Amino acid sequence: MVRPQSASRAVQALLIVALLALLGLLVATTRAHLEERGIRSGFDFLFEPAGFSLGESVLPFDAGDTTLRAFVAGLLNTLRVALPGAALALGLGILLGFGRLADNPLVRGLAGTAVNAIRNVPLLLHLLAWYFILTDLLPAADAPLQLAPGVFLSKSGLALPWWGDNGFEIPELAGFGIDGGASLTPEYLALLFGLTIYGAAYIAETLRGAVLALPEGQRTAALALGMTPRQTFLLVLLPQAWRAALPPTTSQLLNLFKNSSLAVAIGYPDLMAVAGTSLNQSGRAIECLSIVVAVYLLLSLLGAAVSHRLEKRSLRGEPA
Amino acid sequence: MSGGNFSALRRRIFGDPLNALLSLAVLAAALLWLPPLLRWAVTNARLAPDAAACTALEHGGACWGVIVEKARFILLGRYPDEEAWRPLLAAGLIGAGWLLAAFHHLPGKTLAALLLAPPLVALPLLGGGVAGLTPVPTELWGGLPLTLLLTGAGMAGALPLGIAVAYGRRSQLPVLRAVLTACVELARGIPLVAALFAASFLLPLFFPEGMALDMLWRVLIAIVLFAAAYLSEIIRGGLQAIRPGQLDAAAALGFGFWHTQRWIVLPQVLRAVAPSIANSAIALFKDTSLVTVVSLYELTGSLSLALSGDPEWRPFYLEAWLFIAAVYWVGCWVLGRVSRRLGG
Repeated sequence: MVRPQSASRAVQALLIVALLALLGLLVATTRAHLEERGIRSGFDFLFEPAGFSLGESVLPFDAGDTTLRAFVAGLLNTLRVALPGAALALGLGILLGFGRLADNPLVRGLAGTAVNAIRNVPLLLHLLAWYFILTDLLPAADAPLQLAPGVFLSKSGLALPWWGDNGFEIPELAGFGIDGGASLTPEYLALLFGLTIYGAAYIAETLRGAVLALPEGQRTAALALGMTPRQTFLLVLLPQAWRAALPPTTSQLLNLFKNSSLAVAIGYPDLMAVAGTSLNQSGRAIECLSIVVAVYLLLSLLGAAVSHRLEKRSLRGEPA
Repeated sequence: MSGGNFSALRRRIFGDPLNALLSLAVLAAALLWLPPLLRWAVTNARLAPDAAACTALEHGGACWGVIVEKARFILLGRYPDEEAWRPLLAAGLIGAGWLLAAFHHLPGKTLAALLLAPPLVALPLLGGGVAGLTPVPTELWGGLPLTLLLTGAGMAGALPLGIAVAYGRRSQLPVLRAVLTACVELARGIPLVAALFAASFLLPLFFPEGMALDMLWRVLIAIVLFAAAYLSEIIRGGLQAIRPGQLDAAAALGFGFWHTQRWIVLPQVLRAVAPSIANSAIALFKDTSLVTVVSLYELTGSLSLALSGDPEWRPFYLEAWLFIAAVYWVGCWVLGRVSRRLGG
């Protein structure tokens, strides 16, 4: 009779052989396809001129720059929308979550309707609506909406006071457009609004779930001690709930980061869009997609590690 | 309503300065926004599909006529007109399964059959080539039937795979565990858009000559693998929650491994995680909208396809958008009911 130990070794060896065979087959067919289409492989294209330009970029970029620089610019564009998006979603989500738990039926009803309406519609549809509103329904740049002194909203985007070539600049109307300050494109704004609102609805639900999961006795005990409902919520329920809400909230923020790849659908040049363009340009599908996968995986793992640290810290000082 | 209830309600709305202020703000916003909204959506709106009359409104009223005009295209995509009964029947079958599961109490096996079988029937029904049906190339499939098909068939494929992966990650073989863990973490770490790009550009390279797959099949493979990674985590959680006493009892009764899993473990696991599986189905239902980035025109894609190339109707995008959003909303609500009925 075969000992279970050696049987499992044999099975594993077989498994490894089968996996290697499959991998070999994939490499062989892929190589044949690439040769047949006359596509070279390798990462050398990263150091050649990109041959395409980007709609917008924080990193100065034009078609003559290397493809590597295009990828870096794409990654910076991703972070430029995902980081403020995460911060805004967290703030709005906490506000909506409080609203959802409020004692006041008007506030609770409003927050509940908003959260359900937002969550039951795909994020892509949110983005398309914002994009349509920002590019079709707004007035043209020569007659913009003035939201505040020096803040203009029009089809060409949002103009804000910001540091420019001449120090701190305040945008002003000049002929057919707006001069000075910084301007955010409709693509960027649509993505930022969509990600923020969609993410906030999920964070609100997470927070509400965490508070509702607390034992009912916590609330009744606090009320019995003479605390007002608001004191009960802020001093007793919330400090306990936020620990439980931390892991699901960070996973929502990671989702927001991954969801920023929907930028492709509305033409914002994020990492995914740059990879798509570069892939079409160079034909190096494997290389472009492996860069994208590697970057998203790395940042996801980084986010998970930070979240783990935060969880550990939030538990410090708790009774074991 | 009794007087006591009324005074309690008044206290909750106007009980202290902050509450009173919030209530007044909500009421003021309602007074300010609701009348113009009603004027736009109801009083000034037009139901007739008349582009000239709609343009004359200058967005002072909704042009619901755009839905009447474009409904056929948005709901069924480019599927040939004379065969339109097939996508309608396919969507009807899948939708009926969801509705039955949402509104009736059914035994587990019937429920699984109702949710998982219709998408598999819908595939040959849409594709044709069998039972005297004219073949219709997959590029022409679109609209609501495609959304429902991708969700239903995606779940039907991902569930068995997810169960297999969950078991694989608990196996005695370290190599198998490591490989599966790496695959699951990879799928969960990347956005679906990346998986769809891979399906679009990488999969054709992997298949040998003569085995070329349509975009629809490649996308379905990507969706199944992606959803299976998430489902396997849910099922793994369910497996971990089975108490060891259950296994000991099964062994004492002379059950072997397969019998124990089939009759003792899986029924409990599936019952416990069913609401989470239904929630994954909701997520997938919404995520199918992303296939538009690789040129498959399901509900969201056919909205853009129907309006972006039509300057006459394009200004009424928002009205058509609200229609699509309502369809998604109803779909999510029905699946949410399924989840709650399953105990979520």
